[in-house]
Amino acid sequence: MITFSINGQEVGGEEGWTVLDVARWHGIEIPTLCHHEAMEPFGACRLCAVEVDDGRRTRVVISCMYPIREGIKVQTETPRVANVRRWIAQLLLDESPQAPNIQELAKSFGVTPSRFKKTGVESACHLCGLCIRACQEVVGVQALTFGNRGVLKEVTSPYHRRSQDCIRCGTCLYVCPTGAMEQIFPLVSSE
Amino acid sequence: MSVTFKVLETILERYPPSSEHLISALQDVQARFNYIPPEAMTAVCDHLGVPLSRGWAVATFYKSFSLEPKGEHDVAVCLGTACHVRGGRNVYDKFRRDLGIAAQEGTTRDLKFSLRQVRCLGCCSMAPVAQVDEEIHGNLSQRKAGHLLRMYRKR
Amino acid sequence: MQITSIDDLQKAKVGGLAQLYPPKPKILVGMATCGLAAGAQRVYDLLHKKAQQEHWEGVVEKTGCIGICYQEPLVDLIIPGKPRVTYAEMSPEKAEALWEELAAGRVPEKQVLARMDVDGMILDGGPRKLYQGKLKGFLAKVPRYEDLDFFKLQRHIAMRNCGFIDPDNLLQYIARGGYFALYTALTTMTPDQVIQAVTTAGLRGRGGGGFPTGVKWASCRKAKGWPKYVLCNADEGDPGAYMDRSLIEGDPHSILEGMLIGAYAIGSSEGYIYVRAEYPLAVKTLQRAILAAREAGLLGTNILGSGFSFDLKLNLGGGAFVCGESTALMASIEGKPGEPRAKYVHTADKGLWNRPSNLNNVETWANVPVIIAKGADWYRDIGTEGSKGTKIFSLVGQVKNVGLVEVPMGVSIKQMVQDIGGGVPEDREFKALQIGGPSGGCIPREQWDLPIDFDSLWDAGAMMGSGGMIVMDNSTCMVDVAKFFLDFLIDESCGKCIPCRLGLKRMRELLEEFSSGKGSLEDLEELQSLSEAVKDGSLCALGGSAPNPVLTTLRYFREEYEAHILHHKCPAAVCKELITYTITPELCNGCTACVQECPQGAITGTKKEPHTLNSALCIKCGACFEVCKFGAVAVA
Repeated sequence: MITFSINGQEVGGEEGWTVLDVARWHGIEIPTLCHHEAMEPFGACRLCAVEVDDGRRTRVVISCMYPIREGIKVQTETPRVANVRRWIAQLLLDESPQAPNIQELAKSFGVTPSRFKKTGVESACHLCGLCIRACQEVVGVQALTFGNRGVLKEVTSPYHRRSQDCIRCGTCLYVCPTGAMEQIFPLVSSE
Repeated sequence: MSVTFKVLETILERYPPSSEHLISALQDVQARFNYIPPEAMTAVCDHLGVPLSRGWAVATFYKSFSLEPKGEHDVAVCLGTACHVRGGRNVYDKFRRDLGIAAQEGTTRDLKFSLRQVRCLGCCSMAPVAQVDEEIHGNLSQRKAGHLLRMYRKR
Repeated sequence: MQITSIDDLQKAKVGGLAQLYPPKPKILVGMATCGLAAGAQRVYDLLHKKAQQEHWEGVVEKTGCIGICYQEPLVDLIIPGKPRVTYAEMSPEKAEALWEELAAGRVPEKQVLARMDVDGMILDGGPRKLYQGKLKGFLAKVPRYEDLDFFKLQRHIAMRNCGFIDPDNLLQYIARGGYFALYTALTTMTPDQVIQAVTTAGLRGRGGGGFPTGVKWASCRKAKGWPKYVLCNADEGDPGAYMDRSLIEGDPHSILEGMLIGAYAIGSSEGYIYVRAEYPLAVKTLQRAILAAREAGLLGTNILGSGFSFDLKLNLGGGAFVCGESTALMASIEGKPGEPRAKYVHTADKGLWNRPSNLNNVETWANVPVIIAKGADWYRDIGTEGSKGTKIFSLVGQVKNVGLVEVPMGVSIKQMVQDIGGGVPEDREFKALQIGGPSGGCIPREQWDLPIDFDSLWDAGAMMGSGGMIVMDNSTCMVDVAKFFLDFLIDESCGKCIPCRLGLKRMRELLEEFSSGKGSLEDLEELQSLSEAVKDGSLCALGGSAPNPVLTTLRYFREEYEAHILHHKCPAAVCKELITYTITPELCNGCTACVQECPQGAITGTKKEPHTLNSALCIKCGACFEVCKFGAVAVA
């Protein structure tokens, strides 16, 4: 048993647990987007950021990956954490103003659309990678993949063609948190 | 250059079938064909036992790979910091205008030139610089850039 | 030649020395990439051909770069019993003239840069005087290396062999004390003693973060798991930094020897060098060095009869700056896209293929043999309290003497720019020094007494990074510089995490508004808070340090941002939306040079009559400004 504190409250967990695991166990709310119980943590959305004091320094880490350690002090709502989350909500809202779960997220942070708009085709996909990870880790097929990098990064299949490896199981549609897969699926799934 | 089974074979036999060799094998293909033809991609992935999605992801992630045929001459204009503060951007735009390439990077329609940006060739003492194929040209100005292209057009 | 014992090493050293300082004249041509770019190949070819045709008694060899990049191509003449003489800015024609002199039995007197009386040979029992007695005549008047402003403050430790040896020649490396440190470590020190030495020496990582090397090694040694990997980061990607390339091209074995010593200390028998494919000569040089070391038995099993075994593989980078980040580099070696992962579990415990791994950069490795050979105390005498030893900087940008500079830590910015660099070009003013690449910052004139070491730079909001130093003068716009680095990082971001992928893009959009005279002072606050969010929220160091160029320019050059926003002016006359080109009729003599160069046909005028520029057609490419010899084109 490893004991430490979250927001001053004494908590504990087993070796190998993350801060997020323990927080959820104790019913402490931490928002997430790219996290899914059935899959390995990915660390892309950064929404689950928390501030950790490990005795040497205080820094912002992501709770879905940070392994619990004896005596650390975790704060889930600090000005730094709030700033990170607010900006993520803002940036996502400007990219995908139509996606219901992002609208909801934006609302919870009191964020409204800014004057900056996404360049190119609007999409609800924010590259959380759940579909790709489900296809690989859960289904065991690697039909979906990330392509390119940076601002051009996308969820697709090789050569943007309908995949020969896809078994049309629909898991990607099921795990997609924004509904973006509804648009992507017909382009990448096997015929 | 046609993608023959034989050429691919000589590349593939250098690598044991393990995913760690994916990037090296694709680099060999790129060097041989100047791009990665789809059939070569499939052959490499099959040989190394990695899914096509992984090969394609790698080829689109790293800048040194191209999935389209490249021009005869590779024009890489340095936009590193030293080149930038010495006017590299204006030189780059001159290349774009002269080659008629509207996007930031691309290949001319006659497949004579491919233009791309690089971030630091490490020849900062001669900034701004550009590398055409293997040759580095330093202390460029817009005028020299135009001259350079005319020289390579004749080759 | 097999080198499996100390006797073999001694023999190799004797053989190597006879090549370094043969009893006959020797010509050295600097043929690293900077030399080649300036035309060194043709100079070498000419001299080599002449020597063969005329059955010259001496030898013509290539060498690496000694750092004086602004004077390339360099040719050195080593005549027994005379100081070494360096000739600068050579061309085939000038080399031919040099050859004529030499063939006539004279020491050529044209294009002379400096002479070298003493070869420091730091690893080999001390300096070697190259001549006896007193110099007379012409040679006595040539300045010594240490008299040149560029070299006065320098001290070459990592670059100890660059410009002295043929990088492809193992014997010449051994002749200057190479691989003796490895022998010392393997036969007289325990792995823990080696780690202790590196820790005591105070060596900190030269690739960016400045993490104590000894501490890193110790944690990898302690880590459970097998095999352990020792890695070299040669994916030098900071724009404006090229010291690693130069070290590889000039002295590859110093890196291999450092890695061998590190592997022995950590308990590893396998290593990788991850090198940038954009450096073809460095790749070839490393390949040849690895082969030579393997053939000699310095890589492989039972090295120098000690029972220690180690071998290396070379991996080529695919063209992604982010692969300089340790976890992305390891992903790339594994054959995956170079996406970093969280480092809450250290790579010392779970690195390459989830095995304990130790990654250091090229320059760090090159320092290791010196620490072992000279001792930790010798090393820690150099530098400042918190930053020991020397550091190589690439001094580039708007400065007269451009090149690689290796100085003890703690030299001030002023000494760097003014004394070593010779200042900014005439009629310009020094404005800022950008250091640390895209993760670093811009330090203003007001702070130019700042000593350059890890901690001072950190406090100033910049960082050492890999040591790229870009001198900026009043023709550089700081908003534009911030944009430049963001463009670079947006291009190189892997795109995995939202703060980096979308946050940097938004920062860029805000800057774009500023540089076109839009935006408001509130937007500056937005930029500041977004910068903090990106810093705190990003997955890896690329995103985490990406706001630094913005934050430092905001901190030191806020009035320049305000000039753009409030007064719609770009004081440095760079931001295209805010500048106009005009022709001053009094200065224009109607030479038509600009008319011919203008891609838009925006300039009209007849010969010998002042021209006019139609600003409605002007795309502000600056071609006219560049080509005008009379200063008649004005930009403001």
